[in-house]
Amino acid sequence: MTLEILGIAVLWLFLFFYVIVGSIDFGAGFFNAYSAFTNKQHILTNIIQRYLSPVWEVTNVFFVFFFVGMIGFFPLTAYYYGTTLLVPASLALILLSIRGSYYAFATYGAKINHRGYIYMYGLSGLLLPASLSPVLAMSEGGFINMVNDSPQLDYWALFTSPLTWSIVVLSLTAVLYISAVFLTWYANKAGDEKATDLMRKYALVWAGPAIITATGIIFELRTHNAEHFARIMDLWWLFGISSLLFLGTVFLIWKRRKYGLAFILLVGQFFTAFFAYGISHYPYLLYPHLTIYDSFTNETMAISLIIAFVAGLGLLLPSLYLLFRLFLFDKDYVKGKSDYHA
Amino acid sequence: MGFEDTALLSRILTLMTLSFHILYATIGVGVPLMIMIAQWVGIKKKDDHYILMARRWARGFVITVAVGVVTGTIIGLQLSLLWPNFMQVAGNVIALPLFLETFAFFFEAIFLGIYLYTWDRFEDQRKHLLLLIPVALGAAASSVFITIVNAFMNAPQGFEMLNGQLINVQPLLAIFNPAMPTKVAHVVATAFMTCAFLLASIAALRILSGSKHVYHKKALYLMMKLGLVFSIATAIIGDFSGKYLAEYQPEKLAAAEWHFETEANAGLVMFGVLDGEEVKYAIRVPYALSILAHGTPGEEVTGLNELAENDVPIPPLWIHYLFDTMVTIGMSLAALSFVYVVAAWRGWSFIQAKWFRFLLLLGGPLALVAIEAGWWFTEVGRQPWILRGFMTTQEAATTSGNVDLMIILFGGLYIILGIGTIVVLTRMYRRNPVEQELAQRQEQKGGEQE
Repeated sequence: MTLEILGIAVLWLFLFFYVIVGSIDFGAGFFNAYSAFTNKQHILTNIIQRYLSPVWEVTNVFFVFFFVGMIGFFPLTAYYYGTTLLVPASLALILLSIRGSYYAFATYGAKINHRGYIYMYGLSGLLLPASLSPVLAMSEGGFINMVNDSPQLDYWALFTSPLTWSIVVLSLTAVLYISAVFLTWYANKAGDEKATDLMRKYALVWAGPAIITATGIIFELRTHNAEHFARIMDLWWLFGISSLLFLGTVFLIWKRRKYGLAFILLVGQFFTAFFAYGISHYPYLLYPHLTIYDSFTNETMAISLIIAFVAGLGLLLPSLYLLFRLFLFDKDYVKGKSDYHA
Repeated sequence: MGFEDTALLSRILTLMTLSFHILYATIGVGVPLMIMIAQWVGIKKKDDHYILMARRWARGFVITVAVGVVTGTIIGLQLSLLWPNFMQVAGNVIALPLFLETFAFFFEAIFLGIYLYTWDRFEDQRKHLLLLIPVALGAAASSVFITIVNAFMNAPQGFEMLNGQLINVQPLLAIFNPAMPTKVAHVVATAFMTCAFLLASIAALRILSGSKHVYHKKALYLMMKLGLVFSIATAIIGDFSGKYLAEYQPEKLAAAEWHFETEANAGLVMFGVLDGEEVKYAIRVPYALSILAHGTPGEEVTGLNELAENDVPIPPLWIHYLFDTMVTIGMSLAALSFVYVVAAWRGWSFIQAKWFRFLLLLGGPLALVAIEAGWWFTEVGRQPWILRGFMTTQEAATTSGNVDLMIILFGGLYIILGIGTIVVLTRMYRRNPVEQELAQRQEQKGGEQE
């Protein structure tokens, strides 16, 4: 394995973690707002307080890790994506701020539970993936042109492309689906039957749209980027495994059985699809301007980053284990029997 | 929009983000240590007041941290969005500390979540205190790593430029650049110092607004002692920073001091007005600049005219006021805490007078002003360079034409976040004053004993 591939694999893995933990966070906010809207509030509020409040900062670090690591391993991406992403990334940052400030002001602080705030928090959970996911469409090429030697984003082409919109819709359905499956499990663990039923319903509702939009993108790619499409077809078996895992999750949720296993299958489904997509994207970071090879950092830096990564992981994994043991796997805590907040 | 415009606009937006973020970042680095010390004192002395102090500070802290996480994410991404050409070079040479910073941040975020949600979960308070150590370490480590990057911008090394290509990159050499020791020490020490004065301010405010509870006096005394320790440390480090500047960035020191002619026995110019090259209405401390720069009064300090003759770009001269603001506030706070601690020890009563408590109240906000002045000084003092000697700020900026819009957007965001923080913090503490919480705790304890 070359250093380039090792670097991109590490970053892609952390982006995958962010997609999963971020989706749970974004979707939960939306479901919470939706139940407030339909006056079924407080069903989800507790769960959000108990799980999301302690871990949202950690979720956020996965995102920071991804873009800082990207600049570290592939510095040339700063030039191409940094210049072109000013507007979409700034919007994403504003949305991220709304979410962060909701935790700060509404759940930790003086408990400002104004409805408007709950709606903003919920809505930002949908707008955030919608503002981040077009980057994937941009990476497929055709939207970034070189004007006077500097990259420019063609907004018109981006916003009128069916590919962009299918990716945006996929990100929304995936967020809602991932979040609903996780929360079904969490609510069930918490012994909250009402919330479990509600989330199970949402999980089943969003399963179909999620798989349909995911398939839709592959067909969009056929016309947009034939080279990439061909490489995806070579990896059909990975997408096949992913589909089987999807069916497994839906089956278990439908039968009200083993919600924990259902969530693990879901993670497997997204993992195989996410990596199959990533592998088929190889070697391009940005079609056709940038590959992982011509944007790679120097060898000394790459090696020192990898050493730092391994050392950091040595600290990170036990800490994450401790965090999840306390907030995810501790029955008393999850059930809300004990409140130890400062 | 022209090339020059985007550089200026990018500078304005970066200035806004950093000026806002640094307030939260400073609190984020310093307050965990204060919480730790308070909780430790509480355990040692078996004094519930200090334990409650730690707990109440932790509650406020989590709010500032949340906003700090948000603004930190913003500046992290804005660096690439606004300065893509710089980040491309930085990625190649100084990415290691940036990368390590995310790990420190991970570590801090994880244990902060655990610490906050495990109050009273342990029989033994000491176990709970242990959870705070990684928070304090992670926070301090974050500031160390990120300051290393800033130090590198001032004294870049560990690479060579050949025909626009970076060769012979040595990440460790880049990290251990000459600016690094003084800068890192200065940032960490001033964060501790600022937080001590900030928390002392809050205690002074409660006392001034009529609370007679001994809790506030304990908080005030503890924080003034720490404030004294860290302001002395800051002064010593400041002296070393002066020597670093004289050696490696003489133009910054000379501009800060309006020092035009290279000369020995150079005096320190405080405040004043510049009329051509003539300094008017200034306070002069004889020999002090030579001592700051080299340790002895007889040494020569390089002046602006000599530097200009050697084609060294000179930073804007108004940084003099920023430098003076920072130093004056730092010195005044050191003096204030010294007087307070001595007077408290000797039992002098003037420190309980209203006017003196008013000075204590001013301490925290002034410390924050000094932090802002210090960062503005070091950033403007590096101009026109973003990477001293290698890349100018102009060359580094984005070519994207929408920066002006982003300034409005983020400006609005920072105003809302700033107001939100103040409103939420005051509301939270006002609804649950110390007296009330102490009474509740007494009741609970009484109930348990029965």
